[in-house]
Amino acid sequence: MKKLFSYLKDYRKESILGPLFKLLEAFFELIVPLVVAAIIDTGIGQGDRGYIVRMCLVLVALGLIGLLCSVTAQYFAAKASVGFTKKLRHALFAHIQGFSYQTLDTVGTSTIITRMTSDMNQVQTGLNLALRLLLRSPFVVFGAMIMAFTVDSRAALWFAAAIPVLSVVVFGIMLISMPLYKKVQQLLDKVLGITRENLTGMRVIRAFGKEAQETADFTRKNEEFTAAQKHVGRISALMNPVTYVIINLAILALIHTGALRVEAGVITQGAVVALYNYMSQILVELIKLANLIINITKAVACGNRIQSVLEMPSGETVDAQYKKEASPYRVEFRHVGICYAGAGAESLTDVSFAVRPGQTVGVIGGTGSGKSTLVNLIPRFYDVSEGAVLIDGQDVRGMEVSALRARIGVTPQKAVLFQGTIRDNLRWGNESATDEELLRAVETAQASDVLSAKGGLDAQLEQGGCNLSGGQRQRLTIARALVRKPDILILDDSASALDFATDAALRKALKNLPEQPTVFIVSQRTSSIQQADQIIVLDDGAVAGVGTHQQLLDSCQVYREIYDSQFKKEARA
Amino acid sequence: MSRAKQKAQPGTMKKVLEYLRPYMGLVALSVLLAAVTVALTLYVPVLIGRAIDLIVGPGQVDMPGILRLILRIAIVVAATAAVQWVVNTINNKITFQVVRDVRAQAFAKLQILPLSYIDSHPTGEIVSRVIADVDQFADGLLLGFTQLFTGVVTILGTLGFMISIRPGIALVVVLLTPLSFVVARFIATHTYSYFRQQSETRGEQTAFIDEMIGNQKVVKAFGHEQQNVERFDEINERLEKCSLQAIFYSSLTNPCTRFVNNVVYAGVALAGALVCVACGGAGFTVGSLSALLSYANQYTKPFNEISGVVTELQNALACASRIFQLIAEPPQTPDAPDARVLKDAQGQVEMKDVSFSYVPDRKLIEALNLSVKPGQHVAIVGPTGCGKTTLINLLMRFYDVNGGAIRVDGTDVRQITRASLRANYGMVLQETWLKSGTIRENLVMGKPDATDEEVIAAARACHAHSFIKRLPQGYDTVIGEDGGRLSQGQKQLLCITRIMLCLPPMLILDEATSSIDTRTELKIQHAFTTMMDGRTTFIVAHRLSTIREADVILVMRDGSIVEMGSHEALLQRNGFYAKLYNSQFAA
Repeated sequence: MKKLFSYLKDYRKESILGPLFKLLEAFFELIVPLVVAAIIDTGIGQGDRGYIVRMCLVLVALGLIGLLCSVTAQYFAAKASVGFTKKLRHALFAHIQGFSYQTLDTVGTSTIITRMTSDMNQVQTGLNLALRLLLRSPFVVFGAMIMAFTVDSRAALWFAAAIPVLSVVVFGIMLISMPLYKKVQQLLDKVLGITRENLTGMRVIRAFGKEAQETADFTRKNEEFTAAQKHVGRISALMNPVTYVIINLAILALIHTGALRVEAGVITQGAVVALYNYMSQILVELIKLANLIINITKAVACGNRIQSVLEMPSGETVDAQYKKEASPYRVEFRHVGICYAGAGAESLTDVSFAVRPGQTVGVIGGTGSGKSTLVNLIPRFYDVSEGAVLIDGQDVRGMEVSALRARIGVTPQKAVLFQGTIRDNLRWGNESATDEELLRAVETAQASDVLSAKGGLDAQLEQGGCNLSGGQRQRLTIARALVRKPDILILDDSASALDFATDAALRKALKNLPEQPTVFIVSQRTSSIQQADQIIVLDDGAVAGVGTHQQLLDSCQVYREIYDSQFKKEARA
Repeated sequence: MSRAKQKAQPGTMKKVLEYLRPYMGLVALSVLLAAVTVALTLYVPVLIGRAIDLIVGPGQVDMPGILRLILRIAIVVAATAAVQWVVNTINNKITFQVVRDVRAQAFAKLQILPLSYIDSHPTGEIVSRVIADVDQFADGLLLGFTQLFTGVVTILGTLGFMISIRPGIALVVVLLTPLSFVVARFIATHTYSYFRQQSETRGEQTAFIDEMIGNQKVVKAFGHEQQNVERFDEINERLEKCSLQAIFYSSLTNPCTRFVNNVVYAGVALAGALVCVACGGAGFTVGSLSALLSYANQYTKPFNEISGVVTELQNALACASRIFQLIAEPPQTPDAPDARVLKDAQGQVEMKDVSFSYVPDRKLIEALNLSVKPGQHVAIVGPTGCGKTTLINLLMRFYDVNGGAIRVDGTDVRQITRASLRANYGMVLQETWLKSGTIRENLVMGKPDATDEEVIAAARACHAHSFIKRLPQGYDTVIGEDGGRLSQGQKQLLCITRIMLCLPPMLILDEATSSIDTRTELKIQHAFTTMMDGRTTFIVAHRLSTIREADVILVMRDGSIVEMGSHEALLQRNGFYAKLYNSQFAA
C-alpha cells in the first residue's frame, strides 16, 4: 500500500489543505458552546434582548464560516482522491501494457479487471473518507484527553488507559479483517471470471444446454462471495459496539474515581461533569472513526492487491551484454529450448536453423508440437530458456523490444479484431498508413471482398470482430500485419479458415510483395508450405527435419507421413 | 441530464423495495432493534446524570448508591452493545443477500437473453454492470440501512423529549428541519445525473479494459501499448471529471444541511432566550433551555447523516438502474407452452423459404429451401463470409428465422423446446471455447455421468488421450481462462472429444479440424466416420477431401444456395463448385 502513496504526490496541496479545512471547521464548531454560554450568562442574565439577537447572528455567522471551510475541505478531498485514483489507474494500465506473455499467462484477465475497477473504487472511497476524517477524529480525541488532564490529572488517567485499549481493539479488528477483505475481493474475481466466461462461451453453453448448470455454478460462487462478505461484515460490525463498551466502562471508572475525589474534596461536581462531557465527545468521534476504519481497511486490502500487480516485473528488459555480430541471416535459432513456467517438460528442445532475408519458411508438425511456440520466440513474446534467437546477428534479448516488434508483422492464430472501424483496426499495423497503403494491404490479404461486403474502410466492427466470419477476420488480421510492411512476416496458421483458392492467391500475392519480407508460414497443410525455401518439421518440440519439400520427402519420415496423410486423401477422389 | 433519466428514480426505488420484500421480517427486526439501541443509548446518559447527581460535594457522596448505578449502567451498556452488533449483522445480511439476489437474477437473465444482445454488447460492459454497478449498489444500500433507521428513530426519540419540555419551541424545530431535506433533495436530484454519467463512463472504461487486456498478446504483437494507454487516458480523464463532479456535489449535502441545522439551532437559542427573558425565569428556566438546545443538537445530527445517506443512495440508485435495465431486457421468445421435447431425433431437417438477416436493412439469407433425410451428410461450402455460420446459428436456434420455417422430424423448431433441440445436435466450432476447470469437467459437458473409462475411450478415439496424459495432472489438470496454454489444435481435439463422448443424433461440424494437423486428422478420421455414420451431419469445411464424401453439397454464395448436389454431379456441372475445387490443385 505504501508505494501507492507516491501517486498522491501531485495532490500534496489538496491532501494537506483538505484535512486542514476540516480541522478549521471542527474548531469553529467548538466555539458554538461558548457563544451559547454567553447568551445564557450575559443575554438572559441581564435580560439584554439586543445582545441575544446579536449573539444568535454570530451563531449563524459561525455556521456560515463552517460551511465554507467544510465545502473547501470536501472539494480538496474529492479532488485529491479522484485525481489519485486516476493516476493510479493510469499507472496500473500502463504497467500491464508492459507485461510479458509469460506474466500475462500467469495473472489472468479476470483478476486484472477487478483490480482495475472494483479495487480501484474502494481505494478511492477510502482515501476520500480518510482525507476528510482521519485527521479530525484523532485531533478531537487527543484534544479531549488533554483537556481532561487540565481538569484533573488523576481522574484523567482513565483516558490514558482507555485510549491504548481502544487502539488495540481498533487495530486488532483491522488486522483480522484485512485478509478477509482480500479474500472477498478474490472471490469477486471468481464471480467476475464466470460472468465473463459465460458471455464469451454463450453459444457452447447453450448448445450443451448447460444454462442451468452454469447458473448453479454462478450461484455457488456468488453464495461463497456473499458468505465471505457477511463473515467480514460480522467482524467489522464489532468495531462500534466494542468501542462503545470500552468508552462507557471508562466513564463508569471515571465516575467512581470522580466520586472518591469529590468525597476527598479535591475536585467539584462540575469537574466530573466536564470530564464526562469530554469522554462523550470522544465516543462520538470514535463512532465516526470506526466507520472510517472499516472503509480504510477495505481500501488498504484493495490497495495491496493493486500494488501486487504493480510490483510484478514487466519483463522484457534489454540486456546490453548481447552484442550484434555480422551475419548473413535474417533469423537464426541456435540450439533453442524453452520451458514454460509451471510446465513439466520443455516445449521446444534444441531447435537450430537459419533463414536468409526474403526467404519463405514453412513450419509444420503435429498438434501441440511447438509450431506456435517457435514463431512466438522471434518477436520475443517469450524468452528462451536455452540457446538464442538472433535477428540480423543480434540476440533479440539485446534489442529494444518496440524496435524489434516494429519490424515484425504477426497474425496470431486466434484472429482478434477490435471494436472500431476497419481502418482503425488496420492502422494497428502502422499509425500513419495512408488509405492507399491500407487498401494495398487489404488486396494482398485477399480481403477486398470483405471490404466491399462491409462497406469500406469506415465499416464498424463489433468487439472481437464478431460481425465477421472466421475467414473474413483472418484475412483482415493478415492485412493488418501487412500494413506495417514488415521485414519479417509471421502467419501463425492464419489461413486455416480460408478456402484453398483464397489461400493460394494469398501466397502468390505475398511472393510478389515489393518489400520482399522474410515470411514464416505455420500451417497444417503441406500445400501451403510446399513452395517454401525451407521447411521446418517439428515433432513433439524437437526438429524432425529441415529442408525443401523435395529433400524432406526423401529424408524425413514425419514429413512424408504428413504429406501422405493429405496427398492420399486427395488422391482418393 | 434528461428528464427521463431523473424520472427513472422512483421506478428504481420501487424495484429495490421489491428485492427487499423477502427480507421484510429482517428489516422489521432491524428497525425494532435499532429503536431499542437508540432508547438504550439515550437512557445511559440519564443514568449517568443520576450518578453525577449523587456526587454533590465533600462528605455528600452516596457511594453505595453510585456503585448500584454503575452496575446498572454496565448492564445497560452491555445490552446496548450486544443489540447494536446484532443490528449491524442483520443489516449486513440483508444488504449482501439482496445484492446476491440481484446478481443471481442478472446472471440468470444472461442465460435467457437472445444471442443478438450478447453479440452486440461488449463483454466488459455487461461485466461492469454485473460486478461494479452491483457493488456500488451494495455500498449505498448498507449505508442506508445502518444510518437511516437509527437516524429516524433518534429523531423521533429526541422529538418526544423536546415536546415534553416546551411544545411551542419544539414546533419551531419541527417546522424548520425539513428545510435540510429540501436542500438535500435539491442536491440529490442534481447529482443523480452525475452519478449516472460516472457509472456509464466506468462501464465504458471496463469494456475497454476487458477488450484490451483480454487480447493483450495481440496488443503487444503490434506494439500498440502506447496508443492503448492514450485511449485509456482519454476515458480516464473523462471519468475523473464526472467522478469529481459526482463526489464533490454529493458531498455538499452534508455541510449544507449542517448549515441549515446551525441556523435552526440559532433559531432555538433565539426563541428560547427571548421566552426566557420574557417570562423572567418562571416556567422556563436556563436549565430547560440548555436541555432543549442539547436535544435540538441531537435531533438535527441524524438529519445530517440521513441527508448524507441520501446522496450515497443516489449513487446506489444510479448503479441499480443500470443493472435493472439489464434484468429488464426482453428475453428470447420463451419456449411455446406446448413445445415438444425432442428425444432421439431421426434427423430429418427441412428448411422452407427461410429468410434471415441480422440487421433489418441488410438481407442475408433469402428463400432458402433444403431438405435433409435422416442420416444424410450435408457439406456446406462457399467463399468465406457467405453465410455458413449463419446457417448454423439458425439450425441451433441461436437466432430465429425472420420468415419461413425450419423443421426437425417434421416439427417446426419453434415448437420444440430449445434445450431438447440443442441436445440433439453435437456442435464443434472452429472457435474453441473451454471453461476454466479440469480437462475432465470440460469433456463431460454433454454427458455429466460419463465414467472414466468412457472419457478415456473417447479421448483415445480422438487422439487426445496421449497429450492429456502428459499434462501435469492428466485429466484433472486445471486449465485456465480460455484454455490456458493449450495449443489451438489441442483445444480443438478436446472439443471433438466432448462430442464424441455424448454422441447426439445430429452433428454440426464447423471447421472442426481446422487447427489439427493432418496426420492426427487422418488418425481420427476413423472415429469421425463411425460417429457420423447414421447421423444427420452438417459439415462446414474447406478441405474438399472432407466434403467430397458428403451426400449433398450445398454451395453457398452471398447468403443463398447457388448449387446443390453430390460431388460428381457438381463437378460435371462445371459451375462455381468446380471452380472452387480446381483451385485446390492450381495451388
